[in-house]
Amino acid sequence: MRLRTGPIVTRIRSELPAIAQALGTVYREHIIEAPDTFADFHVRVAHPAGLRRWLKPQVVFEFDGAPPFLPLPAEQAFAILEWGLNWCISANCHHYLVIHAAVVERSGRALLLPAPPGSGKSTLCAGLVNRDWRLLSDELALLDPLSGSVVPLARPVSLKNASIEVIRRFAPGAVLSATVHDTLKGSVAHMKPPGEAVRRALEPARPRWVVMPRYQAGAAAQLRPLSRGSAFMQLAESAFNYPVFGRQGFELLASTVEACDCYEFTYGELESAVGILAELAAEK
Amino acid sequence: MNPVILALRDPQSLPGWNEPQWEMLVRQARSAALLPRIAMLLDECGQLDRVPSAPRAHLLGAQRLARAQADEVRREVAFLAQALESTAVDLILLKGAAYLFARLPAAHGRVFSDVDILVPRAALPRVEAALMRAGWATSHHDPYDQRYYREWMHELPPLRHVARGTVLDVHHSIAPPTGRLKPEPAKLLTAAQPVPGQATLKVLAPLDMILHSAVHLYLNEELSRGLRDLVDIDALLRHFSASPDFWPSLQARATELGLKKPLQNAARYANRILATPVPAELITRINVLDPLYLRALQPQHPAASDRFTALARNLLYVCGHWLRLPPALLAYHLSVKALRRPEPPAKTGR
Repeated sequence: MRLRTGPIVTRIRSELPAIAQALGTVYREHIIEAPDTFADFHVRVAHPAGLRRWLKPQVVFEFDGAPPFLPLPAEQAFAILEWGLNWCISANCHHYLVIHAAVVERSGRALLLPAPPGSGKSTLCAGLVNRDWRLLSDELALLDPLSGSVVPLARPVSLKNASIEVIRRFAPGAVLSATVHDTLKGSVAHMKPPGEAVRRALEPARPRWVVMPRYQAGAAAQLRPLSRGSAFMQLAESAFNYPVFGRQGFELLASTVEACDCYEFTYGELESAVGILAELAAEK
Repeated sequence: MNPVILALRDPQSLPGWNEPQWEMLVRQARSAALLPRIAMLLDECGQLDRVPSAPRAHLLGAQRLARAQADEVRREVAFLAQALESTAVDLILLKGAAYLFARLPAAHGRVFSDVDILVPRAALPRVEAALMRAGWATSHHDPYDQRYYREWMHELPPLRHVARGTVLDVHHSIAPPTGRLKPEPAKLLTAAQPVPGQATLKVLAPLDMILHSAVHLYLNEELSRGLRDLVDIDALLRHFSASPDFWPSLQARATELGLKKPLQNAARYANRILATPVPAELITRINVLDPLYLRALQPQHPAASDRFTALARNLLYVCGHWLRLPPALLAYHLSVKALRRPEPPAKTGR
């Protein structure tokens, strides 16, 4: 099938029931394009050849017939597909500056959440999109060098370990894929993006805030101003293809932070964190 | 005809293509490392703006990546020149870096993976020591690999810079001293030409540059990138053949260096596959390897392969080794390689 996620169309092939089931859950509202639509990437998730599939089955992600990374245990089929799709974009889409960041939007203004893994970026993103923010992306912010806007992907939000339970309690209506345990990142589940985010997946948004989140157990939610220089450095370090853009990348990020209010954000509990960011959005 | 080859031969025809044709072209050109080259050809004939937006995005992205790689090669060569300054050894650039510094059309839209240089064999210890002091370290720690390169090959094991991660191949010849081709490195070094505006940099003389590219293809050093090598050869031949007496001089130089066969091979397949203009006497002979080469030189992609393609590449890989190593060494080398675990691909990404 040819799955549209924002500007990207991916032809996905797999005979694995786990893939079909997960796609039917978290991509339920996405557009499936006609067979003659241009597909940016051709990928496949399958069992690798060999006897091993009968003993300890594995799955491999193939990009145009070649696997960019090693096989994983079969239970992780959907996770390897999601990670593979991230890889396709970050390794090939040099028409965007691809930043490792979550992006949500309210009233046409985008909030960028760049942060290393473990900072609670995805949890915060999942919380926000269940409280009136529109999801643009959980993992990859696509910054269009021509317009300076962020282009949505509207793909599922990847939740890890304790976050899965946090989101179930925070948003009982959220649709989650089956949880897979013992991956490289621990337990993983994917949350279906809200229908509105999928329907508006061709609508970009201009960056307005850069917020560097840091989860700290028990900490009170606190938003502290961050210098534009520090925000710039954080975005540059988080951009997969910053060197590919050279001077243009520097200028693009400089104008991005120029247009943004930048903060560091420590939080220990989701409800109050979401509340504080709602106040931020209500200002001006 | 394969879409990548068609695009290379006739970029003007591309804007009329439909989306499925574009999709096949982008996929195969990406696998063959030729997407930026095709973007550049379209750009040069003023057709890039007429490409449908979805494939055009990939062409522009590939062009941006190729430009960034070219900039990186320029910086890397500057670092190299600095590192080798104290050795007083002439730094001769090979392949992609040479095309770039010599400002040849072969560099336009070319994908660069590493930098290749040629130095006199006697200077190797000095050069290697200077490079180590400047941060280049060997990437092959296996003792067998070290021996394979150092005793039998025409290059050191690839060096990787510890901070920048860039890869450098240091050659002392253009063909393995153990092999059947024996071009004298001294002749190449003597004929090398300075790069204008760069005090310590040289490139091979034009004819030698072409012959080196032909040897690279003939020895099947990177058959998965065979079509890319052929594109280099095509671009060099088209560029340099404009000068009078080009073909007789090229054939004379090939004879002098003992490289007639690699030249015939390169001319034959550049002409057959990319329609490179080549004098008739270089290509008339029937070649029994045609069924192998005409398969192996297609883009490495499932849609450009039939059931004999993998076999053809494997046979040519063995042929290439046959030309590089004497039979006893070859048998030994292939048995060591066969008993070894395959190298894993990159680690799982995010």
